[in-house]
Amino acid sequence: MADSVQAAVRNPAQAGREFQATGVKLATLPPAHRISLRAPAASVAALSKALGLTLPEKPKTSASKGSRTALWLGPDEWLVIDDGANDPLQDCAGVEALHSAVGISHRNMAISVTGQGAESTVSAGCPQDLSLAAFPVGACSRTILGKSEIVLLRTADEAFRVECWRSFSDYVFTFLTEAARDASA
Amino acid sequence: MLLIRCPYCEEERPELEFRNAGEAHVARSTDMAAISDDDFEKFFFIRSNPKGIIFERWRHIHGCARFFNAARDTVTDKFLVTYKAGEPKPDLEGLVSNEPAAYANRPPDQLNVKKPRRAPAKKKGEA
Ligand SMILES: [Zn+2]
Repeated sequence: MADSVQAAVRNPAQAGREFQATGVKLATLPPAHRISLRAPAASVAALSKALGLTLPEKPKTSASKGSRTALWLGPDEWLVIDDGANDPLQDCAGVEALHSAVGISHRNMAISVTGQGAESTVSAGCPQDLSLAAFPVGACSRTILGKSEIVLLRTADEAFRVECWRSFSDYVFTFLTEAARDASA
Repeated sequence: MLLIRCPYCEEERPELEFRNAGEAHVARSTDMAAISDDDFEKFFFIRSNPKGIIFERWRHIHGCARFFNAARDTVTDKFLVTYKAGEPKPDLEGLVSNEPAAYANRPPDQLNVKKPRRAPAKKKGEA
């Protein structure tokens, strides 16, 4: 029998993993607060007030304020990410309007894809049109990358945030690495 | 890749984001226990499976995750129209082409209609 009690250590998936090729840089982003928010239209105003930003109601759009971003995923579904100190779960806790907020901070991990080859890198596995005309800065969508589901957010002309479930993170990072090699070639 | 219009995302999305979810407009009885075995069989097992236009449920599973309905031609795989779940069957007037769906489905007398006619071979002795 083990005679020492070890404290549980939570290792963020792919922590510190990076890759660089000509014109493309991949990096695992630091841990962040995340919630999966479901709410009917009638509750949106109250939740927006509590979260401090206006929840987007148009498909494929996001809203940002400070360190917090709310991504439209479906007609009554948002992914709220906050890489600052304030947990959006706490902010929703006081809202009495009907909603469901589930903390998923550790379910997801995020990879940043930046550089002039960022678009072609993500396009290697994502079947959506990622041109700036169809997927402008601030656009976001749940979609797929290769064989894995991702949530994609365009943070700048040449920068994407790829969110995936942590159990897929090795696959997604490796896929993007191969794609980045191709994009820079 | 086939593009399917999601009525919730309001745009055409690649087919990889979608999953078929069976025939649409199969109404579930409000009093399940009261219906006969025959009616239950019809509701539960029997599907129309037509060659041609079918009304189907689809799910934008790797997108907004919503179920919606679509009218699709099972021969050409062409989506005629998609609409939100709960909406009535749309009028397909004007959307359905009367042309045969595919070349192989043309009746024999319409095959090779564009083939130029050859001049009949001259018989011996003709000028
Ligand atoms: Zn959709």
